[in-house]
Amino acid sequence: MILHDLKVDEHEFETRTGWSIKPQGACKAEACVPVPPVARLGDGRLDASVISERLGMPLVADEPHGIWALGPETAVTGRALTSAAAPELVLPDADGNPFKLSSLQGRKVLLVAWASW
Amino acid sequence: MWQELRTRWYPLGLEVVTVALDVEASEARPFIEQAHAAHPSLIDEAHLTVELFGFVNVPNGVWIDEGGMIVRPSEPAHPGRNPVTESFRTIDLSTVPPDIADVLREARKIKSDPDVYVTMIDDWITRGRESRYALTPDEVIARSEPRTGAEATAAAEFELGQYLHRAGDHAAAIPHWRQAHRLHPDNWTYKRQAWNFEDPMRQGHTDAYDGSWYEDIKRIGAENYYREIIP
Repeated sequence: MILHDLKVDEHEFETRTGWSIKPQGACKAEACVPVPPVARLGDGRLDASVISERLGMPLVADEPHGIWALGPETAVTGRALTSAAAPELVLPDADGNPFKLSSLQGRKVLLVAWASW
Repeated sequence: MWQELRTRWYPLGLEVVTVALDVEASEARPFIEQAHAAHPSLIDEAHLTVELFGFVNVPNGVWIDEGGMIVRPSEPAHPGRNPVTESFRTIDLSTVPPDIADVLREARKIKSDPDVYVTMIDDWITRGRESRYALTPDEVIARSEPRTGAEATAAAEFELGQYLHRAGDHAAAIPHWRQAHRLHPDNWTYKRQAWNFEDPMRQGHTDAYDGSWYEDIKRIGAENYYREIIP
């Protein structure tokens, strides 16, 4: 997740990473990781440094451009999947129209990656 | 290839969703338009699905059941026989430049069983959760790709690179992509995407990166390019 500020909007954080902030901590499907009160800045934003440390999300800076990237979590399972519940995925089609993976609930789905390269 | 299978599978309750791991959507779009696919054909410029599902090469696939649960994590996902890869085996190597011939010799050694994945999906469609190929949630997580700090940092480095490239500063992207390659060398999506910008024909060695398709495949052994599918 690209950050222009180390104070990250909770809603954007959830949309991008699948982690939502609840009273019991940061949660993704059945997994919840406690986060200290200082992580919540009280204005709907989170302290990215604290979240990075608690969820094991590497925070990598590009200082010349004043941006950071917050990587995916490592703290819960140490695998690419924290849960077997499919994360929400919203991506554009070739015309730029957003498509939500969850719109296919009720069908089996084969999600398959390819590339032009 | 997927469209033909989708025509058979969709009435049986399965939808195919393809995701193009292309930093430049314009590179993927002509292929999508040519395929005339009826299924959702999405473009993932940030390689978000690499983070969320653990794709490390193409083709890779995951299975998601009717309730939104992943029942097989990312693994090689070949759509049956593929005329493009089969053509690698029939080209007369004496008719192509020597460096291309070297690449093709290695490509011919890549191991894949093109029919097994389709057979597994047919079984899942028929038997649902009773299919021997539909895994439990614990198995799904355990079989998903490893993600230590190195792999997660590689994902962050790759995303910084793609952001800077898309912002028009390709030179600034290269150091981040080099880091992604160093930290997660088994992730071919990071490497092939980056090499392709420098040398789209061969993905060969350039000053920008330490490796190339040919050098890296020689290093790991072509038979290891795709992880073996464990039924």
